[in-house]
Amino acid sequence: MKNTRFVNFGFQILAVVLALIVTTLILAAVGANPWDAYKNIYAGSFGSFEKFTDVLVAWIPLLITVAGLLVTFSAGLWNIGVEGQIIMGAIATTWIVRLLQDTTTPPALIITLAILAGMIGGALWASLAGALKTFGGVNEIFGGLGLNFVATASTIWLIFGPWKRPGVASIAGTESFNESVWLPTMGDTRLSLWALGLAILSIVIVYFLLQGTYIGLRLKAVGKNPKAAYLLGVPTWQYSMMAFMLCGAFAGLAGAMQVMAVYHRLIGSISSGYGFLGLLVAMLVNYQVIWAAPVALFFAALNIGGIQLPIILKLDSSITGILQGTLVLFVLMVEGVRQKFMKRVGEKQ
Amino acid sequence: MKVELRGIHKYFGKNHANDDINLTIPSGTIQGILGENGAGKSTLMKILSGYFHADEGEILLDGKPVRIASPAAALQAGVGMLHQDPLDFPPMRVIDNFLLRASGDFFPNRKHAAQDINLLMKEFGFSIDPETYVDSLTVGERQQLEIMRLLFLGARVFILDEPTTGISAAQKAKLFETLKKFPEQAITVIFVSHKLEDVEKLCDRVAVLRQGKLIGEMGREQGKPFDDKGLVKMMFGKEAPLAPRQTHSQERSVLRLENASMEDARLKIRDVNFEARAGEVIGLAGMEGSGQGTFLRACAGLIRTVGGKVQINEKDLTGKSYHVFKNQGVEFLPAARLEEGLVPGLSLTEHFQLAEKSEGLFINQERGVKLAQERIASFNIKGTPVSAVESLSGGNQQRALLSLLRTPLSLVLIEHPTRGLDIESVIYIWGKLKERCRQGSAILFMSSDLDEVLQYSDRILVFFNGKVSQPLDAEKTSVAKLGEMIGGRGWDNPTA
Repeated sequence: MKNTRFVNFGFQILAVVLALIVTTLILAAVGANPWDAYKNIYAGSFGSFEKFTDVLVAWIPLLITVAGLLVTFSAGLWNIGVEGQIIMGAIATTWIVRLLQDTTTPPALIITLAILAGMIGGALWASLAGALKTFGGVNEIFGGLGLNFVATASTIWLIFGPWKRPGVASIAGTESFNESVWLPTMGDTRLSLWALGLAILSIVIVYFLLQGTYIGLRLKAVGKNPKAAYLLGVPTWQYSMMAFMLCGAFAGLAGAMQVMAVYHRLIGSISSGYGFLGLLVAMLVNYQVIWAAPVALFFAALNIGGIQLPIILKLDSSITGILQGTLVLFVLMVEGVRQKFMKRVGEKQ
Repeated sequence: MKVELRGIHKYFGKNHANDDINLTIPSGTIQGILGENGAGKSTLMKILSGYFHADEGEILLDGKPVRIASPAAALQAGVGMLHQDPLDFPPMRVIDNFLLRASGDFFPNRKHAAQDINLLMKEFGFSIDPETYVDSLTVGERQQLEIMRLLFLGARVFILDEPTTGISAAQKAKLFETLKKFPEQAITVIFVSHKLEDVEKLCDRVAVLRQGKLIGEMGREQGKPFDDKGLVKMMFGKEAPLAPRQTHSQERSVLRLENASMEDARLKIRDVNFEARAGEVIGLAGMEGSGQGTFLRACAGLIRTVGGKVQINEKDLTGKSYHVFKNQGVEFLPAARLEEGLVPGLSLTEHFQLAEKSEGLFINQERGVKLAQERIASFNIKGTPVSAVESLSGGNQQRALLSLLRTPLSLVLIEHPTRGLDIESVIYIWGKLKERCRQGSAILFMSSDLDEVLQYSDRILVFFNGKVSQPLDAEKTSVAKLGEMIGGRGWDNPTA
């Protein structure tokens, strides 16, 4: 037993090392000094308190998204549409703020309503992917992908159309909100403690949902064997639908945070790819909620640290994307190798 | 082409699927292979057609030993197999199905192929448009297509696996007419079936398999029929001595079908009237796919009936879903334990928590473990509360499935309650099921083991090609009688 755990840990280390080797080779191939690159990524993320708060700013939407994705993953669903759900959350939030910010409604109420609207927007958008799968037989990967394009197109249309800035419509986004409805940030930093609190709350809720409730157990049963779950009395399609909507609500919350705490307006790339990055993290942690927070933090740090590369080393910042991608690929591959290895060991015994 | 099988052995794990089979089939004969499900017929045919490799033994074609490594190699050697489910590509056109597996040039010659198809069709009197899509054809037409394709590819030995299931009487007549022309061209036909009637009509010789062994062969003298009784005896072996039976049948009706009609992709079952009473055990006998599976699922609400009424506990539940049936105390236990019954990756405790009524939002882990320990002890499951279900042996998985049944229940529907289990588990499981009967549950089960059906049922329904017999009193019938009926004979006087 102890031996097994040691072997498992060894395999995970192997995956990280392999990912580092590949990234290093790529860095060397483009003529950069790999060591300098890694040092700059580190300095750019954990080098100072201010940098670290930037990492946390990126961590918030990522962690909330991962929390949602863990629900759909548990139910055996590949919710690729999470990106669009973030966007629709952001749009719904923006809509409520634009509607109410110039009325006499108290700012605290506007903020609350806007965030709720974001969650509802995300959940409804996710329910489309769910309905396509449940009633239309459309695989959620294809449905989600299609809906992502629609969501992106909707932001562009809003920014250049109905919600365009007076005078100059620009990809930079809509008019900024009144400062009264911004989520307060800490000191000079861009970090909102409210948003941070909501992110941590999200992952804690999902942890308890999946570990300790009947809902979580039934979601897992549906994910692992829908036929048996149905025979055991679980209303399967309703649970799939619920998983979609829960994930959509979390994704919408992530979108709402991007709007309310970071950009204070709707911008063209409001989701910043956190949906896809969240999918990588969720795959990497392999249903283990406990690991979601640290792994998401690591990925957020890579994202923020990578910003340094073009500035200092004249490297493209996409190198962190390569590191993230290879890491996931190697972890999945090594996991496959590990299972074969364990099976062989098991057969020998 | 002459086919010789010499000393064929095939093991699946511990299961000896083919045990020293020696069979010689002269060129240009129509050879029947009879046997009940699991007798090893399909395994033997798959070895001959290259899908499986024999663990021991050799195959000779026209006296020459051949090594058949794959279905493609078999076809090259002249052996073609027509599978129970036609191996074609439904979304493609007929002509593309032909071209797909014809070896040849990079660019297929459609014109040439169309001519060949038309020529073959003329020869056999088929009429299928080469440009039509395969999924618009009937099962019978797809068979014709497959036969033509195999001829087109040069098959000299034709293996047909249960070819008469799911085709119309007219198509069957056409098929037999076609097959009877083959011997003239020295093409050998191997006809695998459990239907005595079909074998009698078509075959020159019959070989019977039982439990992996070749039990016997029988030839036909010119113009004379086969010895029916002898064949049935070979197929099913002994007449089992019956153990003393207990019956717990009560008056209360738990299941009533009124003119119920149901159907699946192959079969239509029409106008069944049937009533099961509390405490009763009803066995459903029949060859796999004769309609008993559809019947069982329709009684559970898993398949919607297409006509008539289904009543549970005198309540009309026609058209309702399985979960509504479940609320009335109906449970369905599938044969595919890990595929349909249990959730691989979840522990025994988690299964009990899923099956029980939930109390509140949060799971009481302590209570769950306690419940699991109780059930594990009372059902004698070799496992712990945290054991993942897939780590249990087949017998223990079946016990786990049974232990998930709630109490009280009106009706338990079971597919193959003891398939693949050791004798100790079989006795244990039936003990548990009889206990349910004492508590007032009715049990409907299907099984391909006729001894099991006779031994444990109060009444028996026999299924043949979608037909359902009147309920037979288990005490007044025998394995031989059931064997005949599931082979399609003796239906004129089914209550005798």
